[in-house]
Amino acid sequence: MDGYVFPNEVEIQWSLLIVLYPFITGLVAGAFVVSSLYHVFNIKSLKPVASFSLLMALSFMLVAPLPLLAHLGRPERGILIFLTPNFTSAMSGFGYIWMFYLILLLTETWLVFRPDIIHYARTTGGFKGLVYRTLTLGMAEMSEEDHQFREKAIKVLAAVGIPAAALLHGYVGFLFGAIKANPWWSTPLMPVIFLLSAIVSGIALLIVMYVVVMKLLGRPVDHDCISSLGKWLLAFLVIDLVIEGLEILSMAYESEDSWEVVSELIVQRIPVSYFGIQLLLGSLIPMVILGALAAQARREGASPVIFAAALLVLVGVFAMRWNVVIGGQMISKSMRGFTSYTPPLGGREGVLAASVLLMLPFYIFSVIVSFVPPWERPAVDEGERSPEPGEAVPAWEGADSGARGGAWDWERR
Amino acid sequence: MPISRRRFVKLGAHAAFGGLLVYTLRGIVLPQSTPRAADAEGNSAYDQYRPGDHDWAFVIDTMKCIGCGRCARACKQENNVPWEPQCNRTWVERYSFTGDGEVTVDSPAGGINGFADEPLPEEVRGKKITKSFFVPKLCNQCDNSPCVQVCPVGATYKTADGIVLINRDKCIGCRYCIQACPYGGRYLLPDEGVADKCTWCYHRITRGRLPACVEACPVGARKFGDLRDPESAVSKILAERNVSVLKPQMGTKPQAFYLELDGEVV
Repeated sequence: MDGYVFPNEVEIQWSLLIVLYPFITGLVAGAFVVSSLYHVFNIKSLKPVASFSLLMALSFMLVAPLPLLAHLGRPERGILIFLTPNFTSAMSGFGYIWMFYLILLLTETWLVFRPDIIHYARTTGGFKGLVYRTLTLGMAEMSEEDHQFREKAIKVLAAVGIPAAALLHGYVGFLFGAIKANPWWSTPLMPVIFLLSAIVSGIALLIVMYVVVMKLLGRPVDHDCISSLGKWLLAFLVIDLVIEGLEILSMAYESEDSWEVVSELIVQRIPVSYFGIQLLLGSLIPMVILGALAAQARREGASPVIFAAALLVLVGVFAMRWNVVIGGQMISKSMRGFTSYTPPLGGREGVLAASVLLMLPFYIFSVIVSFVPPWERPAVDEGERSPEPGEAVPAWEGADSGARGGAWDWERR
Repeated sequence: MPISRRRFVKLGAHAAFGGLLVYTLRGIVLPQSTPRAADAEGNSAYDQYRPGDHDWAFVIDTMKCIGCGRCARACKQENNVPWEPQCNRTWVERYSFTGDGEVTVDSPAGGINGFADEPLPEEVRGKKITKSFFVPKLCNQCDNSPCVQVCPVGATYKTADGIVLINRDKCIGCRYCIQACPYGGRYLLPDEGVADKCTWCYHRITRGRLPACVEACPVGARKFGDLRDPESAVSKILAERNVSVLKPQMGTKPQAFYLELDGEVV
């Protein structure tokens, strides 16, 4: 605490968990956009991660409300956001937007993996077989018409999903941007900044997860795909950085009375996490790396470098969420002082709880892919309805996949 | 596939059942509202109170406040405001000007112990203080209140007489309102996990009494009254004197007005 802080501001209200919330929803939005780039815009190089990213989005989506719920003073009343929403509040939309998006994600995932589910339902017995048969929803056959409908429906859902992803995460930005009491939050650019950094973080995590999972499985990494993802990451990173820079620049140039306290915040209170991590390590350095790579034609050796850049971007976006959520609250509304915040290790809102919540999506992902591995799709890859001409045949060997019936496990190398 | 009539009726029945379920759920989560309890003190003023007939306002005279802190103490006692962690429905700030353009503000423990024995803030020690005054703060009961706007469940609301209240049985403790209040007027009750703030002692003013802080002030720095009554002290002050509100640029339309407010006060 420094300077004069109102008596009710001694403690920060929105803790580490609320840093986690926009970080997680951002990953959902970003992963979904990549999936749609393939399904809607037919960016073929992204095919290896198209269904992978969908499962990643779903895994994070399921966890997204948990940090919010855990943070509530009265978690048992959280359901009231659905039951008695006050629509003048931006927050009241959360439940509905989340629910709408979850249904969309579930439907698209189900449609994308329907051939797999049907295939496994036929070839698998025991408990797993029961799960597959349940997942077929009683429709264990796919006619020619079904296939055509499926392809169309996936396209439509993926297209609807883009504005929905923008809504989901732009909305999170609006939650902060609409708080006029806080000069560090209050800007109409906030939803745009949140959306762009969401897409950036989603692509970055997709690169990281895809490479790590392929390495764990001993499968070859598709370097064309990584290279393409790297370019998309670069493009969104540049736009993101320009908008974020624009916001700070106009604040500094207009230098209204709030600039005094905002500049003190970034220069003296959070310089390491803002200039050091968010801007330099998480944006500028990866931008230079990715830019240099994009200018080159060579692809083979590029993947590890893109992987490293993606890791940096992820750290940078997390720092950005921290700087917005925690940084904003450090400014006293007296505009004369600052509160400080160090997250506790234990407790409901501590580092440990946050770590568990952050690990949970990865666990959910591992469970989902043990049922429908997106990298091994016998029903789709072998009987591909209309293989695009000149399309690269997946490099991995899928010979025993049918017999194994998708009973994939982490030990398999 | 055309939907048969039988299937349609069945679907409708399911939907109705689902609706009923949601409605019941709501009843479980929300406690049943009880009819307005009869006033325990047998005060007929409360029974006859009509919120629509009043428009309450608060006037604070910064030139009169002596920084004794009685208001803040009275408030803690009257409203059971917790002592730990620090939270205040009302507090008193001390402003010290040193003539070199520096302004120092402090409010140790919200000014509860008064400033008589309170040492000067470090920044002004040894300097010549050219101007100093106290500013009592409390909820502004804004007409355009950001806290009411942002509450996701409608737990905080504005009454017909202009007071912003919180339904403790409904608040989910998300703290969006605390973030949205430009004046730092709100806090989270540590044990209940719900938001809380000054109500201008709604339980007293609806019984024809003054807010506890107004009653406790020995110098009349806090004035409370009804703007519907042209003869009330607050009506006269607003009609005849120069008053201002805190952070007018926020567009919150505060109903607490300050006499002789220095421009440095936010």
